[in-house]
Amino acid sequence: MNPFRRDPSSDALRPSARTRSLTRSVGIGRILDRGFGILVTAAGISVLALAALVGWELYRGAEKAIGRYGAGFLVSSHWDPVTGRFGALPFLYGTLVSSAIALLLAFPLSVATALSLTEFAPIWLRRPVLTLVDLMSAVPSVVWGLWAMFEMVPWLRQTGFPFLQRVFGWLPFFQGPIYGVSLLAGALVIAMMITPIVTSLAIEILRSVPPTLREAVWALGATRWEVMCVGVLPYARSALVGAGVLGLGRALGETMAVTMVIGNRPDILLSLFAPGYTLASVLVNEFAEATSEEHLSALFEIGLTLVVVTFVINFLARLLIHNVPLFFAPRPLPTQPMEMHR
Amino acid sequence: MSPLSNSSDPKPESRREAANEDRAASRRFRIRKVVDRFFQILSVLSAIVVISPLLFVFVFLLSSGSSALTWDFLTQLPKPVGETGGGMANAIVGSCILVAVATLVGTPIGVLGGICVCEYGDPRLRLFIRFIADVLNGVPSIIWGIVVYSWVVLRMKTFSGLAGGLALSFIMIPLILRTTEDVIRLVPSVYREAGLALGLRRSQVILHIMLATAARGVLTGILLAAARVAGETAPLLFTAFGNRVWAAHLQEPIAALPLQIFVYAIAPYPDWHRQAWAGALVLLALVFCMSIVVRALTRQKSP
Repeated sequence: MNPFRRDPSSDALRPSARTRSLTRSVGIGRILDRGFGILVTAAGISVLALAALVGWELYRGAEKAIGRYGAGFLVSSHWDPVTGRFGALPFLYGTLVSSAIALLLAFPLSVATALSLTEFAPIWLRRPVLTLVDLMSAVPSVVWGLWAMFEMVPWLRQTGFPFLQRVFGWLPFFQGPIYGVSLLAGALVIAMMITPIVTSLAIEILRSVPPTLREAVWALGATRWEVMCVGVLPYARSALVGAGVLGLGRALGETMAVTMVIGNRPDILLSLFAPGYTLASVLVNEFAEATSEEHLSALFEIGLTLVVVTFVINFLARLLIHNVPLFFAPRPLPTQPMEMHR
Repeated sequence: MSPLSNSSDPKPESRREAANEDRAASRRFRIRKVVDRFFQILSVLSAIVVISPLLFVFVFLLSSGSSALTWDFLTQLPKPVGETGGGMANAIVGSCILVAVATLVGTPIGVLGGICVCEYGDPRLRLFIRFIADVLNGVPSIIWGIVVYSWVVLRMKTFSGLAGGLALSFIMIPLILRTTEDVIRLVPSVYREAGLALGLRRSQVILHIMLATAARGVLTGILLAAARVAGETAPLLFTAFGNRVWAAHLQEPIAALPLQIFVYAIAPYPDWHRQAWAGALVLLALVFCMSIVVRALTRQKSP
């Protein structure tokens, strides 16, 4: 009930000037309130519109290529803008292989680092290392690429790859000529770029493990490592895998640094020392120079492929991360490495 | 040795057995301690391996970039191809303009969208918006460049600072939305209830209580997002495009620091390489300053 609404005929209850102004402000307030609600909802809807925009623009651009090549686009390995033959397989291969290697390198390191920063390392060491990890995730892609191009690749050519070839040369992945720029160099850069992300996610996850679990295992007389093995890791396992998959999603989309070191050659070669190409880097290199309509359309389809692949991977990661606690009270984990919770 | 085991049983045989067991147990314990120590060392080593690339990058940029980082570099325009010298003044200013445009466009939509996800509307719609924001956060940044290219650049028939800023703002919106949502969720709901009980309108509760309490977190989110897009190159390639002179207004191509670094890095001129290193040093300093401000903001919150 509105307390300001009174019987207007009664003189004693005639609203004073003060009450009148209040009533008026309530009226205006209601309109403002409604307006604010509409504004907020519009902002929310515009995010949906943004997603629709991405889908629509990519689809519209790729329509021709989709119509012409169909599913063959993804399995054909010929990419030749001059003769107008377009197949995305080399790029898909390069993206998937470089990201997979990067994850293989980054995931164990990240989890071990997270373990050391939450459990093992001396307390005085944790904060500075954590700060460095955070700073590392702030380093722009192009800076990584610059360093990798001028320092890492020459070093790999001179020292790193010959060493690998001497030791693992019997494997087909480590045979063939060494150029420096290669699939493996790209994978290494990606690994460096996703480690901080996976590490800070893993730290959040390890911190969210209920302390009672840890304490129970401590009380049985376990060492720190046993507490990890028995108490913490089994509980956090699926969330940690989710963090890794999220890192994979990031790896697939890494663009600039990879473009600068992967060699940009659209061939599928077994050797990791051979130059490769990724979906994102072909966009960087050819999008601005595409003159024919088919070429541009094929590039749009490459973009569409990239979006679909990252979407599937991220979706998988989210399923894994949010399904963590099976029999304990579920505590939602932040999906972004959040600094506020520290 | 355990002090308990040899006190209770008087028989010598079982005492000997107990002693044997003790020895075995202590051997096991020693092994367990060694294993523990091994994994401790391994994990600390991996932490060192993880952060060492950062130190490499630092050392590299400081040793090779600082020689090219002169006053001219910060204040001059790029020289024509073939001449040495010149600087990246337009790129530094251009990057600031692009980030400012992106923040101006992205912040209101991101913050209001975050409020929408927390406070307004149908719960299923909110969950859906949140999910879509997560999806958009996972979209590779080069895709935003392509989308804005076909949406804006093709229509305006020119690369422009506006398109570049828009592409960056599209990256910022879902980032800001998610952080805003997270920090508003951290505000205890008794605050909201107290406000409502005092007769405040919903918008007043949100603006004066929820958002005001979470202001520091929201600001942190905006700064983090700005720091992230300040280093983005890929979305600018086909939108801002780069420019070797000053851009007079937002409707013409504009230079950006990451873009200039990339172009200089893949060019075959040693002088340009040195400038790219210096540019990377400036970019890194900018981004690190932003994240240090962010850290200072978050540290004060929970002393």
